[in-house]
Amino acid sequence: MEKFTRISAIAAPLVRENIDTDIIIPSREMKRVSKKGLSNGLFAGWRYSDMEARTPDPEFILNNPAYLGTQILVVGKNFGCGSSREHAVWALAEYGIRTIVAPSFSAIFRSNCIQNGVLPIAVANSEVLRLAEQAIGGSNGIFTVDLLAQEILLPDGEKLAFEISKQDRQTLLDGLDPIDRTLQLSDQISAFEASRFAAHPWVSLQVKP
Amino acid sequence: MAKTLFDKLWDAHVVTELGDDSALLYIDRVFIHERTGSVALKALQESGRKVRFPANAFGTMDHIVDTIDGRDDNTIMPSGREFIEAMREGCEWAGIRLFDINDSDQGIVHVISPEQGIVLPGLSLVCPDSHTCSQGAFGALAWGIGSTEAEHALATSTLRVSKPKTMRIKVNGTLDPSLTAKDVIMHIIGELGAAGGSGYAIEFCGSVIDSMDMEARMTLCNMGVELSAFTAMIAPDDKTIQFLKGRPYAPSGKNWDDALQEWQALKSCDGANFDEEIEVDISALQETVTWGTSPEHALPISGVIPTPNSESMRKALDYIGLEAGATIRGTKIDGAFIGSCTNGRLSDLRRAAAILKGQHVAPGVKAICVPGSMAVKAAAEAEGLDRIFKEAGFEWRLPGCSMCFFAGGESFGHKARVVSTTNRNFENRQGPRTRSHLASPATVAASAVMGRIASMSEVEAKTPNELASAKAS
Ligand code: SF4
Repeated sequence: MEKFTRISAIAAPLVRENIDTDIIIPSREMKRVSKKGLSNGLFAGWRYSDMEARTPDPEFILNNPAYLGTQILVVGKNFGCGSSREHAVWALAEYGIRTIVAPSFSAIFRSNCIQNGVLPIAVANSEVLRLAEQAIGGSNGIFTVDLLAQEILLPDGEKLAFEISKQDRQTLLDGLDPIDRTLQLSDQISAFEASRFAAHPWVSLQVKP
Repeated sequence: MAKTLFDKLWDAHVVTELGDDSALLYIDRVFIHERTGSVALKALQESGRKVRFPANAFGTMDHIVDTIDGRDDNTIMPSGREFIEAMREGCEWAGIRLFDINDSDQGIVHVISPEQGIVLPGLSLVCPDSHTCSQGAFGALAWGIGSTEAEHALATSTLRVSKPKTMRIKVNGTLDPSLTAKDVIMHIIGELGAAGGSGYAIEFCGSVIDSMDMEARMTLCNMGVELSAFTAMIAPDDKTIQFLKGRPYAPSGKNWDDALQEWQALKSCDGANFDEEIEVDISALQETVTWGTSPEHALPISGVIPTPNSESMRKALDYIGLEAGATIRGTKIDGAFIGSCTNGRLSDLRRAAAILKGQHVAPGVKAICVPGSMAVKAAAEAEGLDRIFKEAGFEWRLPGCSMCFFAGGESFGHKARVVSTTNRNFENRQGPRTRSHLASPATVAASAVMGRIASMSEVEAKTPNELASAKAS
């Protein structure tokens, strides 16, 4: 997993509420049993005026050359709602998105971001609008997102602090695989499990009830 | 301290605290399906890890399998075979019980898990599928996760979870017998908004919930995720116990008796503190249907499409191709879909069949019924429901998610307007540019017969003209 400490990049404003994971990556774009090769289908329904022919829709913000190289999305509330498909984050990450700023995220999408080195930042709606304003024009404004300092440096020189749980911050900073970290707690897990099965034998289906 | 049901479930699964309100939670059951589970199994295999406790893990083929007769590993969806084969090989490698394509117990994960007694009160259960919250109806801590978290749960029998806040939604009033849990939950989502439950584990309670059967409670909890909630749940009671008794994976003998003892305590204590408490009165509830592209765009059937006050609403209206100020009732439709983990159970099919009996779908309407599981299908056929559907002009399919979502295979068509018993009316959800309107099975059946979004009462009151054209079709 790619570590996250600090990035400087342009941002794209896409401030619409309830952008769901079907929009981020339509189901038909998930063609392989793989986490790779998904960025081409990112926002396919919006990005292409003809999805089959892959004709770019000039109206869609990421098709505007001014936003080439965007690593930050500034979006409306409840981003990533709907289907749990992690393909949404895999597609975003492969496209190059490292940070998403929104008033709120769906819980599953948010966890999926953390698992894949993408930083989800939740700030007040008014702050999202402020960022979106400065993001307009793309290449005119560079944002710096600093996870260590937990702040965003805006193009106008102002700073915006953000909150993130210690757990998630550490996962992103280390870039360590959470499964490896948890496997180090194997003894504790086995002990917990033994006492759980002893007190509630039906929890274990080892021996069919 | 007085605890909520959620607190009790959470506390019972904490292996160790991780600080900051996060914990390592023990996971009692993992369910996976071929769409998102296959990739989790493949990644596990590639990383050289194992499934830690395969006896407590299950798999099903529901998402991209065909639902037409004579189905096999080849799918209408391009490359579906790859997912199916990867799933089958992965489950075999891991030693996981798989409900394979033509298994007599196959079906949609959230339908078969309760049928099999795999979900039980007091258990933690995860699945890489957002509607796992349906299973919270049994007083379990059941929630949807991503594929990487599914790998984590399979490899370690645990998950790292940040604790959500708690919300109690008390549903007051009495539910008119003609209305259903689907109308109730769509109404609630309309009131609270699609982000109304964001950050919360929701407990539903109140007289309306008490009077609901288990299938209705599953429908209710199913759409908890459409409030963006972490999950939804209902405290177990006699109905829960009656439902589970004798199910294949439910405890039996002394274990059953001991389990019953414990399940009695699985409810929120008097005076337990919730972060948020909401009361909803459903006395004036009507059949509910959506007008836009989010489940929060819900309206009573007599309602009028609102004037947009945001960019999101304008885009929704544009996509759905309707005008603000128009009544939703009477909107012409091209398709009707009955099925899914929301409304693909026996009671749902019975309600639809009650409307369809002796009727026929309107000319030009493509109507499809997909039972949620092989067991539902068999039970419905034993009652003759399949005949009612078929005689009414519905296709009667094999179990699966089918056209609840579009995977690249079948759809209702470009700009086709569909009334659907599913849970998501998102853009392109049921097909490229397809327009979805969510409703209950009875309302969908009525609309199919009338050829337009219609109330159940309209079927009875059909005009001679309409009767004649239906017969002619
Ligand atoms: S029926 Fe629809 S919502 Fe339910 S699990 Fe299948 S695809 Fe998801």
